[in-house]
Amino acid sequence: MPHKRLSGWGRTAWTVADVVSAREPDAIAHALTEVGPRGAIARGLGRSYGAAAQNAGGTVIEIASETDYEGADITFSPETGIIDVASSVSLDAILRFSVPRGWFVPVTPGTRFVTVGGAIASDVHGKNHHVDGSFGQHVRSMTVLLSNGEVVELSPHQNPEWFWATVGGMGLTGIVLRAQVALLPIETSQVLVETERLGNFDAVCAAMSADGDDDRYRYSVCWVDLLATGASMGRGVLTRGNHAQLSEVSSDEPLKYDPRLRVSAPGWVPNGLLNKLSIRAFNEVWYRKAPSQRHVGCESIPAFFHPLDGVTNWNRLYGNQGFIQYQFIVPLDRTDVLRRVIETFSEAGVGSFLAVLKRMGPQNLAPMSFPTEGWTLTLDMAAGLKGLPELLARVDAMVLDAGGRHYLAKDSHVAPSAVRRGYPRLDEWLSVREAMDPAGMWRSDLSRRLGLVQGA
Amino acid sequence: MKNGVGVHQNIVLFGGTSDIGVAILREILQPGVARVVLVSRDVDRAQSATEEMSESYPEVDFFHIRWDASDASSMQHVVSEVVQAVSDIDVAIIAQGLLNEGRDYFADPSGLVEMANVNFTGTMSLMYALGGHMRTQGYGKMVLLSSVAGERVRRANPAYGATKAGIDGFALALDHELAETGVSVLIVRPGFVDTKMTAGMKKAPLSTDAESVARATVRAISGKTKVIWVPGALRWLFLVLKNLPLPIWRRLPL
Repeated sequence: MPHKRLSGWGRTAWTVADVVSAREPDAIAHALTEVGPRGAIARGLGRSYGAAAQNAGGTVIEIASETDYEGADITFSPETGIIDVASSVSLDAILRFSVPRGWFVPVTPGTRFVTVGGAIASDVHGKNHHVDGSFGQHVRSMTVLLSNGEVVELSPHQNPEWFWATVGGMGLTGIVLRAQVALLPIETSQVLVETERLGNFDAVCAAMSADGDDDRYRYSVCWVDLLATGASMGRGVLTRGNHAQLSEVSSDEPLKYDPRLRVSAPGWVPNGLLNKLSIRAFNEVWYRKAPSQRHVGCESIPAFFHPLDGVTNWNRLYGNQGFIQYQFIVPLDRTDVLRRVIETFSEAGVGSFLAVLKRMGPQNLAPMSFPTEGWTLTLDMAAGLKGLPELLARVDAMVLDAGGRHYLAKDSHVAPSAVRRGYPRLDEWLSVREAMDPAGMWRSDLSRRLGLVQGA
Repeated sequence: MKNGVGVHQNIVLFGGTSDIGVAILREILQPGVARVVLVSRDVDRAQSATEEMSESYPEVDFFHIRWDASDASSMQHVVSEVVQAVSDIDVAIIAQGLLNEGRDYFADPSGLVEMANVNFTGTMSLMYALGGHMRTQGYGKMVLLSSVAGERVRRANPAYGATKAGIDGFALALDHELAETGVSVLIVRPGFVDTKMTAGMKKAPLSTDAESVARATVRAISGKTKVIWVPGALRWLFLVLKNLPLPIWRRLPL
């Protein structure tokens, strides 16, 4: 088996593993028979930011590739609106198939280059969480390969305990082989988007709060300028939208879907290109570019949902030091903590050009699913910033003290105690995990750092 | 496991009473570090060196293991004891060493073998044992406290210089041998460091202290650098010294 150096999308904490490429269930099951004492983990398109899909000294089973969309293993029933797909199929492949037929994925994160398997394991959410919940809530059933080679069918009705342990289970319960997912009918491939500039943090929170009109929009998210200080601290650009109805667009091909031509980030970027000054300049332009009055317009699916997918390898923009994503959630009534976190990062001079705030809807049944009712803030920062471990430890404590938690699909630094405190149902999940994988075969560098699976 | 912001959970110091080694520990401790192992001959002294650290970092577990740094044949066993305590080793700081300054080996050569065993044979065996374990982990960093003394061996202490020249050359090539395994070696070449090892000796120019060595080392640990010099100017000084013709070199008051 070839040794390969792997990292997450943030390009930090590289480790070496035996990497096996396997697409078909038989090949995946065969790969399991050769797994050594350091276990195995499945890897899709490697979009989790930290160490969730790598396994130092062990086996990594690569089940997907970005170019797999041609001839993707998708069966669709227009009567029920449910697709049956291999777990290696990406949301990109599904969208190419489904949008021209008038259907949309029920949930999409900020990139369409995630596999269905990864979307389930991370229980991904999108701009519609406050209305539609997370990905796992739209999975009708799935086929899962266990570490002992057994294949089981799981659904919210058939062995629900195992089903919900696998949703958000970070690949540590088994390898999802297939899934049945309910799609969302759409009349057009356009999104009717309202854009609004909000001058400070209070205005942002007020506009997105549950008693406002946020629930009238299926999609809602706010970009926040973390470097703004004083009266404009926490200013942002709120974008909210709904799928446009046929009557709202004038086009001969209302369901035309064309993932735009992609440009590529340069192969080598110096550390520090994205620094406080360049990000401040970017933020100013981004804020000013947004209309000062509420503005309504039509946007394509790629432009509205996946703007960063337009730049392949954008993760290289931070140079070889890599970057981290910090995403946490705090309860709805703790906007004070949000404010303090933003102030703390801003005072420390941490620039972030992808800071995004969203109000999340109620939590689902999965014990390790990240979203709960509350505010989630996501930001990115260079991994090599001086004093970052101490700064993050301070912010982690604020989040956890407020009853919040961190998103494991993005995490690359939290301590084991952060999961224990943030996920009150951890022990329940650990015991289901153990029942599904008594041998403790599923391991990742993430599980190793957080002590989620016994052994090395 | 190491994390994405350069914090290492499990750290081992070989030569647990070394001033530079303890200074590196003090510098590398930060939120996220979980377990620290000190491997030393004198466990009581190593314990008192860590008291202050464990007070500032109550969440860190400290372990102590006794060894004989001159017993090359025990290294495999020592490493397995460490592994039993912490499982994966993220960073191993290799700081044991004997200087034996001012000994007359013509009159009494008995100290030579022990020094060669501690500085060279034992360290080499230790690094193979560590490298083997880290290779199965798929990651890991060994930090070797070398010395400028190995760059060009001086008449002031030929035996010490020769052990340092040997282990430095070995470590550089071991890092090469381990390429693509996720394991790497950082070689630290300090000049004259003001510590108990050099107490009473005349300070050389560009001398430094344990804290400066520690800062430079910890800065380099998460990166790809293979060799650092402390202070950095020594790199250029030794580039010159190393290439001086022998007749000139021999006339220098070194």
